[in-house]
Amino acid sequence: MSATVLVARPQNKAPSTLVLGLSRIGYETRLYFRSPDTLLFTFFFPFIMLGIFTAAFSSSGNIGANPDGTGGVSVGAYYLPGMLAAGMLLSGVQNLAVDIAGEKSDGTLKRLGGTPLSPLSYFLGKIGQVFVTAILQAGLLLLVARLVLDIALPTEPEKWATFAWVFVFGVITSAFLGIALSAAPRSGRSATAVVAPVVLVLQFISGVYLQFTTLPEWMQNLASIFPLKWMAQGMRSVFLPESFAAAEQSASWDLPWVAGALGIWLVLGLVLSRVTFRWIRRDA
Amino acid sequence: MTTTAPVVQVRDLQKSYGGVEAVRGVSFSIAAGETFALLGPNGAGKSTTIEILEGYRDRSGGEVSVLGIDPHRGGLDWKARLGIVLQTSGESGNATVTELLRHFAGFYPHPRDVDEVIDAAGLREKAKTRVGKLSGGQRRRVDVALGIIGRPELLFLDEPTTGFDPEARHQFWSLIRGLKAEGTTILLTTHYLDEAAQLGDRAGIIAGGQLIDIGSLDKLGGADARVPVVRWRDGNGLVREERTSRPAQVVAELVRSLNGAEPADLEVIRPSLEDVYLSLVRGHEAMPAGSGAAASTNEGRSDPSRRIYKDVRA
Repeated sequence: MSATVLVARPQNKAPSTLVLGLSRIGYETRLYFRSPDTLLFTFFFPFIMLGIFTAAFSSSGNIGANPDGTGGVSVGAYYLPGMLAAGMLLSGVQNLAVDIAGEKSDGTLKRLGGTPLSPLSYFLGKIGQVFVTAILQAGLLLLVARLVLDIALPTEPEKWATFAWVFVFGVITSAFLGIALSAAPRSGRSATAVVAPVVLVLQFISGVYLQFTTLPEWMQNLASIFPLKWMAQGMRSVFLPESFAAAEQSASWDLPWVAGALGIWLVLGLVLSRVTFRWIRRDA
Repeated sequence: MTTTAPVVQVRDLQKSYGGVEAVRGVSFSIAAGETFALLGPNGAGKSTTIEILEGYRDRSGGEVSVLGIDPHRGGLDWKARLGIVLQTSGESGNATVTELLRHFAGFYPHPRDVDEVIDAAGLREKAKTRVGKLSGGQRRRVDVALGIIGRPELLFLDEPTTGFDPEARHQFWSLIRGLKAEGTTILLTTHYLDEAAQLGDRAGIIAGGQLIDIGSLDKLGGADARVPVVRWRDGNGLVREERTSRPAQVVAELVRSLNGAEPADLEVIRPSLEDVYLSLVRGHEAMPAGSGAAASTNEGRSDPSRRIYKDVRA
């Protein structure tokens, strides 16, 4: 930018895709925190659910306890990984699907389509916003878990390394799936009605609200098709004791499978986003 | 980059949706620095035409060049030279006016100063207000401000002053005159003929997807359409009218015939642009498209098989 000073008549080069993408991230993130709906149904939703589950089921004792009542983990500790996974899904899929469908129907996308903003910068902005908000959400969730619910967090670096890749992988996958799903609602107004049930059902069958290991096998198999089950499983491997692995479908955390499933969904989401995204609804 | 080629060149533009022909062979060109007004009733094909030029819609036929490029293939560099004010606002309700303008300014290689644009658009007092909290007219000013923030060579204004109060409209006109003075080429659609007269160098009238007249604003409709009418009330209380190209002479003779008495309710009426426009549009609606005066200035593209125009929403 300083080079322009040397030129008599500044012929600025067009801003780069990356610079504009970063500018979009800041702008999008600011707007995210100004939207009450998004804050409630995306950002704070996992907090609300964690609070409800902890309050409702704590009296029935620890989960995974020995017959004599010792051992196991508290209800809050058991649900924390699921809520982290739900946060990743909500921040990506629900947030972007509703957001972009709204932008499509209220003219925001059409206006952007008439400017020299590259769609790539737009996507960078959306994915970056998902990333920033998901990190804040997960950080705050862990803080609440530790300080308010007194849940012991892992200390081993390997656990946090697993957390990092499951989180990054899961959030990016969710973001692409959100972009892809934004093509489904016919209007911004119907977006929530289309997206929320999908996300909600996924949370029920994927072990976010219900203990995955207690679900019937057919439901477990069904959930295994979708990415949320794998995000939740990856998170359980980080936050639950090793002994819980035995209760999983194959009696282990299956981390390579987590990586594989998320990878497939990432590619699928990327392709669907590319194919379905338009600045405006095309005419005949 | 000192070319004399037209900034916009449209030749035999056609657009149909399904079986409906929204635009049927429109041709015009806009020279650099010119302000061209596209007039016509709702559903006449104005917005379809302008959206094809903006690159939003594909055409069914004909040739279009905007800033030397086919809009269908226009890339980001091409878009950086355009300013687009769409007919409907885009929402960005939770951003303030300043935030939105600053953000959009960042998209362009040499944008205007954000504060200057805010002042020019009359948004100074609302600069820190979220767009969602603005009135319809104020939001429209934001649309206009966003359209000019990138210092466009060619500005599209699709019914820009809808919802403006008279003062805001006058403010907007002086803003546009400033852009004209800087050499900006402007394509304007409007329902306000005074606006077209104030800003436009030339105008085209579209009805039923066809250009029914084109020319400088004081020549639209031809000399016949502008013949003044002398109107007065005669001794029997009846209203008399005489169409004449020499109204002063008619009045003088009238006064002489009354032996110097003042004729009652004397008026000399020159058809306003609105009168001319309405007679052109009604004339077009009344006659089968393609025959007679329709498209007379439009390189004589007449097709006798075309049906009578029915108002079709594009």
